[in-house]
Amino acid sequence: MKFFVCIKQVPDTETKIKVGADQQIDPAGVKWVMNPYDEYAIEEAIKQREKNPGSQVWVVTVGPKARTAEALRTALAMGADEGILIDAPANLEPQITAKALSLVIQQEGGAKVVFTGRLAIDDNASSVSQMLAEFSNFPHTTVVSKFSMDSENVTVEREAEGGQCEVVQMATPAVVAANKGLNMPRYASLPGIMKAKKKVLKEVSIDSLGFSLVAKTKTLALELPAEKPPVKLMSGEISAQVSSLVQLLRDEAKVL
Amino acid sequence: MGKILVFVEFNHGQLKRSSLELLSAAQSSGQTVVAAAVGSLAEGISKEASQYGATDIYVIKETTFDKYNPELFTLGLTEIIKKSEASLVLATASALGKDLFPRVAARLDAGILSDCIELKISGDNVTAKRPIYSGKCFSKVTFENCPIKIVLMRPNQLPISVPNASATTNVIAHSVNAPSLRTLIKEVVKGTSEKLDLTEANIIVSGGRGMKEAGNFKFLEQLADVLGATVGASRAVVDAGWVTHDLQVGQTGKTVAPSLYIAVGISGAIQHLAGMSGSKVIVAINTDANAPIFQKATYGIVGDFADVLPKLTEEFKRAMA
Repeated sequence: MKFFVCIKQVPDTETKIKVGADQQIDPAGVKWVMNPYDEYAIEEAIKQREKNPGSQVWVVTVGPKARTAEALRTALAMGADEGILIDAPANLEPQITAKALSLVIQQEGGAKVVFTGRLAIDDNASSVSQMLAEFSNFPHTTVVSKFSMDSENVTVEREAEGGQCEVVQMATPAVVAANKGLNMPRYASLPGIMKAKKKVLKEVSIDSLGFSLVAKTKTLALELPAEKPPVKLMSGEISAQVSSLVQLLRDEAKVL
Repeated sequence: MGKILVFVEFNHGQLKRSSLELLSAAQSSGQTVVAAAVGSLAEGISKEASQYGATDIYVIKETTFDKYNPELFTLGLTEIIKKSEASLVLATASALGKDLFPRVAARLDAGILSDCIELKISGDNVTAKRPIYSGKCFSKVTFENCPIKIVLMRPNQLPISVPNASATTNVIAHSVNAPSLRTLIKEVVKGTSEKLDLTEANIIVSGGRGMKEAGNFKFLEQLADVLGATVGASRAVVDAGWVTHDLQVGQTGKTVAPSLYIAVGISGAIQHLAGMSGSKVIVAINTDANAPIFQKATYGIVGDFADVLPKLTEEFKRAMA
């Protein structure tokens, strides 16, 4: 029995984003990390492996080989068994990434559960999990904060609006997109890190998967947020500050 | 000229504000606008949808559509989109919309742009703007190579047009022949709050570690009640167990874009800013004048919540009276 985890390498949140002359993100100075939500996905897969002796955790990612391998090694250091790198250009649109993932998972004999993060913090699309489920013909649930499994089904809790919680049962194989709260991701252990370094990654070229990579969307331009005028600080006694603030919100900002 | 299908969401028999925004945007493009709504009460909003420009409204009235089931909704919506022959589909980037439409797009081989904050429709040409890299950059995007385009808009981004009271709409009932489903919704546990969700709220009053202890959130709730606002929180206080995770704003929490965001006792870690920098007006109240939140804020008060909040609540009460 295999648990697959799909991960993505993204710029660290603290990274200052610069736009290059070619209208692409300037890669200089970008610190690459595993997408934070994917850590919950890996942790859950490892926990399920511990409960199901003989099962394995396979981690797969899509991205440029030169940098993306590091994210897989992070996952292996956490305790995943195998890593597959689908070598592909950066910034593919979700449909193409999802198609590639679904084909590779199928080639490797399919999965009991495919875990993903609920959102990649770089392109902010929250789409790959659902598309991967569609291409694989699996049911899916996103924004999952609780997970349990028996031989035929998984039962998950999904966070919706206003604190509403949906309890969903899906027949396996199924796709589960992890949210914060699902678990506490473990740190990589030192032996884990040593082992991950030596591990041979399986490499697949996206072109070898035999589907057309025609994009349906096109980026016209990247813009940085406009310079913001400095904050207007209120002054005087607290009562005076409070009254000027409310006046500004009403008359200047017009948000009341 | 193409046809635009707007997937509308409703609550207590009324269209959500975000759905009115979408209908208004569709209507002002000058193209034919149709709407789609699902659930046993769906037909009840047809009049309101017509007042915002929908000439036809497709409804799936089956009670199985009262609870969101991704498998069933994907089937229903793909059928309606095909039947309507719309070339552009607009929906809200809500918990439901963000889960459903990527799968619908994959099934229809359609293009999709999620979590958009600007939308321009000019004939067949659709462009949108999306925040990427946690709001540190914006991407201007368009579609190519796809007959069906899907755009998911964040709430509170588009103007709402004046309703036409005399408009009428043609209700088209659609029934879905559901196969045996592999997804079963066992239970839907309602949230405790009757307030608008953070992602839809027009005003948010948010508290951080500077609130000192969980019990002090009552000061934020009092202020929120006066403003009709929703209460939010920083990661620090969620992790400390003062409030539940559904109130968390920022990375690993919710991304919000209200007209007014009042941050109280929140220093403004980059992960928090990632979730609220799209707010139109930001007010920061913090004891530390050097806190990073003041660099993002429009207005600021350097002070302690305990001194500021009760007075501020009174002042708002007078202003809103």
